[in-house]
Amino acid sequence: MQLGFDRLIEAMDSLAQDFDEEVIAQTGKGNYQPRNMTARDAIAPGEFETLVQRCILVVSHAGIGSVLTAQRFGKPIVLMPRRATLGEHRNDHQLATARKLDGRSGIEIAMDESELAAAIGRGLDGKDIVAGVSPSVRELHRSIANFIETGRL
Amino acid sequence: MLLRPTLEQYDVRFATTDAALGRQRNISQVEVLPDCNKDQPFRSMLCALAALRIVLRHRPDTVLSTGAAPGLMCIIAGRLTGAKTMWIDSVANGEELSMCGKLSRRLAHVCLTQWEHLAAQPRVDYRGAVL
Repeated sequence: MQLGFDRLIEAMDSLAQDFDEEVIAQTGKGNYQPRNMTARDAIAPGEFETLVQRCILVVSHAGIGSVLTAQRFGKPIVLMPRRATLGEHRNDHQLATARKLDGRSGIEIAMDESELAAAIGRGLDGKDIVAGVSPSVRELHRSIANFIETGRL
Repeated sequence: MLLRPTLEQYDVRFATTDAALGRQRNISQVEVLPDCNKDQPFRSMLCALAALRIVLRHRPDTVLSTGAAPGLMCIIAGRLTGAKTMWIDSVANGEELSMCGKLSRRLAHVCLTQWEHLAAQPRVDYRGAVL
């Protein structure tokens, strides 16, 4: 199981008071006990996918796995990176991931808990979801087809 | 699996280390090979033989791997049979190429990263991403 991420769980719990929607949290090994959302230590991958399919928005640490799952089901996702200095991860690669993914369709970044509410707001607005396939996805598919057909990139 | 729409325009066979994954995604005739890593010499050898058997059975024109040691074995088997070979490093590797990705720069015809800044190094290209 992953390290806990109490900073995100606690911030979400305080925002969850004011949501009309059900909030389900996968908390990992954290210490904070949520009061305003359904909290579980771990959710099996299959059930996690079902929940993402049902949800209107995903809030997550800045992990690529969560991003891919959210995008597979066309859901907006808010990412808040773990910080190594706060003992939330071994290194700061999530900071780099968050910066790199900033601005992509359907992805909102909260660099820390103070930016979380605004990022969720933007995600729920859905203005950042570009209809159809993003240019980088199209480019990858075209390049692969081209390589299969011609042997060149 | 995100590449499936493009791959299925061609006569494609999928190989995986997890047979359940093929059933889950409704892929018939999925080829299964044992998982391995650099710390498991015996399993790696079994995996290499399985990769060779799969490639010899189908004689593909192109071998495409989306990662990990078994995928690299298929690339090597593809080279031995004269196939075009392409490595696509996982989008999860945003800091540096995976270890197999680094090896693939020498072993595959083409090595793609899904992060633009990683394409600055020799023999690695960026041509989009699954995101």
